[in-house]
Amino acid sequence: MIPFPNSGFVFLKKLMIRVGGACLVLFAAATLTFITLHLAPGDPVTAILGGSANPTPETIREIREEYGLDQPLMVQYALHIWHVLSGHLGASFSQHMPVTDVLWQQAPPTLKLMLSSLVLAWGFAVLSVTLSARKPFFDSAFSSLETFFAGLPQFWIGIILLWLFAYQLGLLPPAGTHGFLSLILPSLSLAIPLGGFLAQVMRESFKTTLDQPFVLTARARGLSDNAVRFRHVLRHALLPGVSLSTWAVGALVGNAVAVEFIFSRQGLGRQLFLAVSMHDMPLVTGIILFISVVYILASFLADILYVIVDPRIQEARA
Amino acid sequence: MNAFSDTSQSGLSVKNLSVTFSSGGVSHIAVHSLSFSLTPGEVVALVGESGSGKTVTARALLGLSGPHAQITADHLSLNGRSLLANTEQQWRKIRGAEIGFILQDALVALDPLRSIGTEITEALTAHKWGTKNTREDRVLQLLTQAGIPLAKERVHLRADQLSGGLRQRALIASALAMNPPFLIADEPTTALDPSVQVQILELLKQLRAAGHGILIISHDLGFVSRLADRVIVMHHGHMIEEGRTADLLSAPRHSYTRRLLDAEPGRRPPRPPALARQTALPLLEAHNLSFSIKQQDGTRKHIVQDISLSLFPGRTLALIGESGSGKTSTARMIMGFQKPETGFIDFLGEPWSRSEKAGVPESARRGRRPRLAAIYQDPLSSFDPRWTVQTILDDALSVIHVPKQERMTRIRALLDQVRLPDTLLSKNPLLLSGGQRQRVAIARTLAVEPSVILCDEPVSALDVSVQAQILDLLDDLQKRLRLSYLFISHDLNVVRNIADDLIVMQHGRIIESGTAQDVLTHPRHPFTQELVAAAHLIGDATSSLPS
Amino acid sequence: MSATNSLPLSLKAYPRLRLPAGKHIGLALALLYLTLLILAAIAPHLLAHGNPYSIAPREAFTAPGWQHPLGTDQSGRDMWTRLIFGARSSLVIGIGSILLALSVALSLAIPGAFGGAVAEQCVKWIFEILFSFPTVVLALLLTAIFSSGTFPLIVAVGIGAAPGYGRMLFGQFLTIRHAGFIEAARSLGHSPAHILRRHLVPNAFRPLLIAGAMGVGQTIIWASSLSFLGLGAPPPAAEWGTMLAMGRDYIAEAWWITFFPGVAIVLTMLATTTLGRFLKNHFETSSS
Repeated sequence: MIPFPNSGFVFLKKLMIRVGGACLVLFAAATLTFITLHLAPGDPVTAILGGSANPTPETIREIREEYGLDQPLMVQYALHIWHVLSGHLGASFSQHMPVTDVLWQQAPPTLKLMLSSLVLAWGFAVLSVTLSARKPFFDSAFSSLETFFAGLPQFWIGIILLWLFAYQLGLLPPAGTHGFLSLILPSLSLAIPLGGFLAQVMRESFKTTLDQPFVLTARARGLSDNAVRFRHVLRHALLPGVSLSTWAVGALVGNAVAVEFIFSRQGLGRQLFLAVSMHDMPLVTGIILFISVVYILASFLADILYVIVDPRIQEARA
Repeated sequence: MNAFSDTSQSGLSVKNLSVTFSSGGVSHIAVHSLSFSLTPGEVVALVGESGSGKTVTARALLGLSGPHAQITADHLSLNGRSLLANTEQQWRKIRGAEIGFILQDALVALDPLRSIGTEITEALTAHKWGTKNTREDRVLQLLTQAGIPLAKERVHLRADQLSGGLRQRALIASALAMNPPFLIADEPTTALDPSVQVQILELLKQLRAAGHGILIISHDLGFVSRLADRVIVMHHGHMIEEGRTADLLSAPRHSYTRRLLDAEPGRRPPRPPALARQTALPLLEAHNLSFSIKQQDGTRKHIVQDISLSLFPGRTLALIGESGSGKTSTARMIMGFQKPETGFIDFLGEPWSRSEKAGVPESARRGRRPRLAAIYQDPLSSFDPRWTVQTILDDALSVIHVPKQERMTRIRALLDQVRLPDTLLSKNPLLLSGGQRQRVAIARTLAVEPSVILCDEPVSALDVSVQAQILDLLDDLQKRLRLSYLFISHDLNVVRNIADDLIVMQHGRIIESGTAQDVLTHPRHPFTQELVAAAHLIGDATSSLPS
Repeated sequence: MSATNSLPLSLKAYPRLRLPAGKHIGLALALLYLTLLILAAIAPHLLAHGNPYSIAPREAFTAPGWQHPLGTDQSGRDMWTRLIFGARSSLVIGIGSILLALSVALSLAIPGAFGGAVAEQCVKWIFEILFSFPTVVLALLLTAIFSSGTFPLIVAVGIGAAPGYGRMLFGQFLTIRHAGFIEAARSLGHSPAHILRRHLVPNAFRPLLIAGAMGVGQTIIWASSLSFLGLGAPPPAAEWGTMLAMGRDYIAEAWWITFFPGVAIVLTMLATTTLGRFLKNHFETSSS
């Protein structure tokens, strides 16, 4: 008995839709950056020259030709898309080095930061949800805490943590990119609001699941309260958390901008901010593309995780 | 297997059990001094309508009443041991091992994310039974014992991958894992198709023969009378009557029991044969309707194939079939919400729906829509959540352009017609009972002065006594207003009360049709015969007894 | 043949003991805070006297005390006065950007949910793509176009936040469109215009109201996060995000310059969330 005839076909179709979607997202990212930076005031040439005083008209023309800025807009756009698709991200105006090198340098600290924040946030959410259902007091205490956490702005927590742990207590370094200790405060600043938010969503799901008949069946089997919570209910409560994690990865990159500033960390967020303010088009494009790729990979991963947690493949999630 | 010790102490014994829920200073007594006993090899049925306290009783016997329940009793014991002072630890040793528990609808009563094998294994590990290997064997043995063929291949499937009957068997297998001498079954067949209900009934009979003592909780007197040795009738938390099944059915002492019995669809008088079909033209005619849906793997699944029907003025045509037979899709096509793939529908002599690409535009239907009204199983979802009864009816009257100043009188007349008091006017349907909601839905359809009312399982979610009232109301309205009904149901006993003509559907096709009397007394198709037999077995038990 | 047994199926469904009126204390505090906030935005002089911009170098870095309840900043300006006067611009930015976000969201969600199967699929894809650009990143890109200032900030945050709200409203509108009562109204013979007026608009308004109430706090956070990066109103401005950013340089010596603007932002967020939650529960449980 094969439960799902043609399930291979269904999987293949979903994969195709996913890959197609990923291409669209990348295309949109490339287009978005192009539009943005062409609407932005200021001449890219100035950005390329990096504020060198009084360039001769000669230099300006040379630069225009070199970067294809003398071409009609549509041609520039086509060139831009072509470069992106073929992986030629070009050189950064402001950093005077290939964009790929900048990414190579800046991405690891940000990825580390994101990963550790995600782990911390998940840890808090799972702990808070499973603990709090045990006693009514815990329940109201933790859910108030979650609301509070979810409402905290990352950059503000960052500053407060910096003040408390780095300046007042002197326990942790106030700045830096290297080493485990320098990762703690920035990760916490990002993880606290995210953890609060994840926990809120999972708590709601946890509560609805507790009301399901199969929970009663499990108890009537002689299972202990803990076994019911951890073996049955928690798994159901994880599902909305998993779906949200894709979004969370994106939000973390965005929020990393301010946090990387506060803790003077290297990273994509800070670099993106600098690139935008300097109108460094190739670098902005590169970073946005990189973020999109991370987002796409995260949603692939979330899909796989989701199927592991919930093997029912009825609803088309494509 | 009748190895349970047979002393005078054996069995589950309950004396003056009361269950009270208190919340925010308000307490509500759900069960008042209930007494009964259950011995191995015996089936006792706890029968009552919603709010009777039967489910609360079942929970109390397992110590699962929750933190807000107060349980008092003179006596609550299992094989001579008192359960009253049990700690949670002690309860856990009893649950599953000494008393098994079966709920309705295995789709939600088994964890939807896990395989049935895991669920059953868990019942064994919870009591530290056996080793990994012996547990695997035991699970297969249990599945086979519960009547699941090819257990080895199905043990890895989840409830949603099994048919309704098989998954209910899997649920029963999980309750039997530790071979508990007693079973509590809370509405064990309620969510199942009639033919499957009969199979589960047989399985429960086998378990009784094997020596299990079973407490059946049910709303359905007809069903339990086929199985139970003794019946306890409950109403608003009180025990109304107790007795041997045959005695109680043939000579009910209490008026409530009698009313409950009379309300049983199988016991109500069948509809008298209608006059020969009038020569009038049909109001609604459907020809060769088909409909299919595209599946995920790209193939098409046929939902409805080649359905034709005609509905004549003043008559009731019933469409009967089990779940997945295509009744609901047919209803949607007839309502003009779903375009058929082949065939056509005419209503009031004019085109209503066409399979052709151009079809019939919605604007061409709109003028005739008030003439074809519908009521559904769940009336609540058909009301705007912001609206009161008055707004609902007022809005319906606006369809047929009743002037504003006349509407209030009309609304009161409508409520009167469906026998609802005026006091409900300002209420939100959310606050009404199931029967009252269905009456509001009927009043709304009457407001637009229809000729045809499509009734899609209108009484399936209601208590038996309320069912009977709604069916009587529909019958009465039909006589007075000369309405035609297209009545869609899975329940042959309900249909027998109301239908003139009958169409039996299976797998999207019509397999038999004719006058209701013909089909019910001389079913030709094997599936119809099975349905009739099942209906007879489940619901009809009481009607064969002298009343 | 669904459940005939309408008793609650689980333990949790039984009436639960609740802390007496605990929810309403929260709501009352939230409303009180919001009233004060609006008062501060309309008539700051009632809550604080003095000029938020008057410099008093001799009083710079005064710690919170009798003279200055929340201390002074690096130029000796009173923090309380600045916070009160900053309420207006923060609120204007928050409300302005949530209005813009919701308008953009609606302009996609309405045709998507009510415009037929093709439009539904297209809008679904659009949201899927837009959603992969995080709010802050999108807003950051937009500030590149508009440079800095209050109005550009509103536009950047409004558009940046639009995909998130759009996707949420789209989903809720779809639920409304497929609701049983819409079909019931159709089957009675009501015209599409009537259904739109009597059912769709009033029912769609509820999620919109909730999103709006909860969103103001969120957009204030996003906006202050951008002004923290120097993309909002330029420094001397009494705007919470900008004030917070200035304090960052003096965090080791004068924590209060950073702390109190943050508290104001957090309280605003909590108040709007509480209000939004209350509306949500109210709509879900009560009748009209």
